[in-house]
Amino acid sequence: MNVAMVNAPQVDRVAADRAGLRERISIRKLDFYYGDGRALRAISLPLFDRKVTAFIGPSGCGKSTLLRVLNRMYDLYPNQRAVGEVVFDGANILSPKQDLNLLRARIGMVFQKPTPFPMTIYDNIAFGIRLYERLSKSEVDSRVEESLKRAGLWNEVKDKLQANGLSLSGGQQQRLCIARTVAVRPEVILLDEPCSALDPISTAKIEELIEELKADYTIVIVTHNMQQAARVSEFTAFMYLGELIEFGDTQKIFTTPNDSRTQDYITGRFG
Amino acid sequence: MNEHTVKSFDQELQLLDKKVAQMGGLAERLLGNAFDALERRDPKLAENTVASDRAVDQLERELQDQTIQMIARRQPMANDLRHIMTVLKIAGDLERIGDLAKNIAKRALAVSGESHPKPLMTGLKHMVELALRQLKDVLDAYAELDADKAMGVWRQDERIDAMYNSIFRELLTYMMEDPRNIGLCAHLLFGAKNIERVGDHTTNIAENVYYLVHGTTLTDDRPKGDDTSSTLIRKE
Repeated sequence: MNVAMVNAPQVDRVAADRAGLRERISIRKLDFYYGDGRALRAISLPLFDRKVTAFIGPSGCGKSTLLRVLNRMYDLYPNQRAVGEVVFDGANILSPKQDLNLLRARIGMVFQKPTPFPMTIYDNIAFGIRLYERLSKSEVDSRVEESLKRAGLWNEVKDKLQANGLSLSGGQQQRLCIARTVAVRPEVILLDEPCSALDPISTAKIEELIEELKADYTIVIVTHNMQQAARVSEFTAFMYLGELIEFGDTQKIFTTPNDSRTQDYITGRFG
Repeated sequence: MNEHTVKSFDQELQLLDKKVAQMGGLAERLLGNAFDALERRDPKLAENTVASDRAVDQLERELQDQTIQMIARRQPMANDLRHIMTVLKIAGDLERIGDLAKNIAKRALAVSGESHPKPLMTGLKHMVELALRQLKDVLDAYAELDADKAMGVWRQDERIDAMYNSIFRELLTYMMEDPRNIGLCAHLLFGAKNIERVGDHTTNIAENVYYLVHGTTLTDDRPKGDDTSSTLIRKE
């Protein structure tokens, strides 16, 4: 990987092309407003196909907001609006014509706290599948199994698929949520601090899972854990006060960042 | 540079720098004393010098422990990580310089009863003076985070190599003139080689200072002047 690092909002697309990378999602001049408050300022950023991109930055910098724009999660709330372009497969997903259910099936999301539905482990997975596809019982069965296997949870739950999803441990619940996301066969997975409520072993399992999932999915992860961002991602975007300060190879960002604000943040010198 | 939110991290980094400075000063003194012992044929100074190499080794162990602790506890990033790794590498080079000085001191002990030909000692003296100046400059470059100064040291090493070359030839000639000189000259030759190696470790430190400051490694080939490994002098 050899993408030149650049300061926001310009991104060196020529260098990206040369390295054989494909932009899965292109964020262009994105602004975001909570009512009158501007939370994101002219963000331009590529998300590369089958790569892990980490968003880092201090609390309130806009990284979760940016993640929520990517599957239009903000649409659930009044007075929140995005201006600019988020191009996914040639179409601007911010367009009012965008089918939100379809979008959220293609761009899945896992949240900070595990959010299993209060139903059986099996139904937690099958619920989403039935929402988007008409499959026979045996097809659903095999999809549930495949998803749980992908999420590295199958061996732990195969004998108790009818148990309540909430009876699992926190780490297992989070992997159940990832299985649920994977079950509808998305193209992009958004992870909003997926490990912040987990112990180190569960965290390691999720990181291992991210490593495996990136073979098939484009992954975006928001994390406060700098080491985690350095471990799991290929690209890192550092945000501060609603602006993209620096985007580039993770390796470069964590050893020799260009911007002094990035360096201050990742070395613990901020504020 | 801004301070860390966690103040004790800054204190630990300062402590590392203090120890590097201490170790560097000790290595300089060792090399200077080793040569003085050789020049003045002073077995007492030679023995003291051999013994004080232990202090350099001890500082290297302390720096190694501290850097490993810091990596484990602080998980340093970016310039902090480069800083800590650079300290670890510089400590290794300074330890080797201490060893080379100790070796010169041992040879000083071995030849303390012999009379030394003056022109040879003058050549060696110039060489060790340059090596000491280079070492001092590179330690200053580290303390001041001055990559240009480090580059200056890096380029100057060629001069030490050139001096070593001419001493090598002189010593060979001297040995050919009278086989009774061979014992002394062999020791002086190793002494000169040790000083030349000190120069190499000094340039390693210069490269590390450059990396610490810029985050990139020096890729140019360093100008080198030591061609003794392909030199053979035949008696006419």
